[in-house]
Amino acid sequence: MNTPYPPEELLSHYRLMLLIRRFETVLSDLFGEGLVPGTAHFCIGQEACAVGATASLQADDLVTSNHRGHGHLIAKGGEPARLMAELFGKSTGYCGGRSGSQHLCELKIGFLGSNGITGGMVAVGTGAALSQKLLGTNRVVLSFFGDGATGQGVLQEALNMAATWRLPIVFFCENNGYAMSMPVERAFAEPSVARRFAGFGLSTEMVDGMDYFAVREAAERAVARARQGEGPTLVEALTYRFCGHSKSDDCSYRTREEEQRWIERDPLHLMRRRLSELGLLDVAGEEDFQRQVEAEVQAALAYARSSSDPDPATATSNLFAGTYPD
Amino acid sequence: MRELYYSHAIREALEEEMERDECVILLGEDLAEYGGAFKITADIVGRFGPERVRNTPISEAGFVGVAVGAALTGLRPVVEIMFMDFITLAMDQLINHAAKFRYMYNGKVKVPLVVRTPAGAGRAYGPTHSQSLERHFVATPGLVVLAPATAEDAKGMLKAAIRCDDPVVFVESKVLYGRRGPVPEGDYVTPIGRARVAREGKDVSILAYSRMVEEALRAADALAKHGISAEVVDLRSLAPLDLGAIAESVSKTGRVVVVEEGNTTGGVAAEILARIIEECFYDLQAPPRRVAAADVPVPASPTLERTVVPDASVIGRAAAALVLGD
Ligand SMILES: Cc1ncc(C[n+]2csc(CCOP(=O)(O)OP(=O)(O)O)c2C)c(N)n1
Ligand SMILES: [Mg+2]
Repeated sequence: MNTPYPPEELLSHYRLMLLIRRFETVLSDLFGEGLVPGTAHFCIGQEACAVGATASLQADDLVTSNHRGHGHLIAKGGEPARLMAELFGKSTGYCGGRSGSQHLCELKIGFLGSNGITGGMVAVGTGAALSQKLLGTNRVVLSFFGDGATGQGVLQEALNMAATWRLPIVFFCENNGYAMSMPVERAFAEPSVARRFAGFGLSTEMVDGMDYFAVREAAERAVARARQGEGPTLVEALTYRFCGHSKSDDCSYRTREEEQRWIERDPLHLMRRRLSELGLLDVAGEEDFQRQVEAEVQAALAYARSSSDPDPATATSNLFAGTYPD
Repeated sequence: MRELYYSHAIREALEEEMERDECVILLGEDLAEYGGAFKITADIVGRFGPERVRNTPISEAGFVGVAVGAALTGLRPVVEIMFMDFITLAMDQLINHAAKFRYMYNGKVKVPLVVRTPAGAGRAYGPTHSQSLERHFVATPGLVVLAPATAEDAKGMLKAAIRCDDPVVFVESKVLYGRRGPVPEGDYVTPIGRARVAREGKDVSILAYSRMVEEALRAADALAKHGISAEVVDLRSLAPLDLGAIAESVSKTGRVVVVEEGNTTGGVAAEILARIIEECFYDLQAPPRRVAAADVPVPASPTLERTVVPDASVIGRAAAALVLGD
């Protein structure tokens, strides 16, 4: 058994998946205890998508994301502490406490933005890809969205324009089988996103979203096509969220048996097994990683807790750039 | 000074700005060879090519979203919405994306986007091709809303809009497209946020914008024959509003009529009246009035259309009633 990827890179990506898992788990417990304001959507179970897909990108490539975006941000190079501070509504958060969980942005790491409007950022990402094409950069855009978002007209419109104009974008659909409580089979006569959009004139591919390697390989093919001017690809990654839709969800719309079947294919277990088969990770290494991510998440929490609230005097600032020509 | 049609003044602004800045691109339906439904962009594609003068499919939500994403990443897109009525399809991209990004991402991004669109009645196009929907954008924090009434301002304000780093809804008048007026050659901008006194007077202020300025001036002519001196203020910029100019005129005359072509309830005039009452209450010698369209869709029949939408005679009667006290 071998792999084309450098061992250190695989280990660091595995560590990233562990970090996202731990971050989300700790956060969801805190929400459960009522210790974080607002709400959030956790990506527990979908870590291979976030990490595998962004692994195909260069640092200055761009990502757009959706309401379930913590993993996307961390995978693109985000700092857990600043994300945690944002979730706590603190001034040190990525957007100074204005965005909360669903509206993140950090241009320094190419995280163009997430938004709480299902499907909306796919059009925005398509526009970012148009910029790359017209400005002649060599960057590509990767746009994350869920199966539910594919019902939105604006997403379908954006896919069509991206395909027609051969824009350098990868549409990455995390099909976790549900949009809140709505099973994908009840929302769409053709539940496969890849098959449904195959007639749009873009490349499509379906992958096992629990398998980091499968996701990464598909994303790399898609990114290569985008970068070479061969136009967009839609990657449908079949995955599952092990948690509820948001902080308050008892998952009454799905069975415990179904959950169990997916949990057996936990992306962290699959990756750990591959890494040990490759001889890259042993029990001691695993424990070391666990300790590291625990420390990082606790440090993020401490940072968020000790950060100051935003100054109320800033509540109306930064609405306009406001520099008007005269 | 040479005279140009309002429509040609807009075209000249587009061409000059595209010449000046390669990042300016045009997006919209039938813009290229066809020149747009009102021929505003006729011949521009021949000069700047189909990459920068980009025909889109009929996907208002999608291509406004694409323009927002392009604006976030270095381009300065100017979108045409064929009729303002169709902007409802793009409402989400304007209100939940363009208008919010700078604020919710805490000043990290700018959205230098212009959405140009012909509004208003007067051509018997019927209920879905005659609306004035600017109220929705005036009431949305984060958007600039401009509405020129003359050919000179159409050019100068569009240039200001294109150079502005905030998202602009640029309201054009399909009736005014066919009016000629003096337009300076070469480069100039009409500053954003500044109203203009279109006619000086001392008995009553008539505040209007876009096509209603023409009706207000006609009303002022008629009032003058009856010994009433009406001041006409062309608001030009609806957001930001030039409260200074409004207060100056109202405190001078002590009487005010605010005119708009949109429906009465919850309209632009309603907001301006509220401001006047807050800022200028003790300067008022008579209750302020608004003149706006009846609260129904705009009917197609010219007779019905004229009944529903304000004109010089309704404006004149309202102003005369204030001055004469009945
Ligand atoms: C325009 C819009 N409609 C509805 C919602 C409420 N909502 C938030 S997430 C969600 C489900 C989205 O499903 P999917 O795209 O599959 O993503 P997932 O939550 O499964 O990751 C819904 C209905 C929303 N935020 N925006
Ligand atoms: Mg889903």
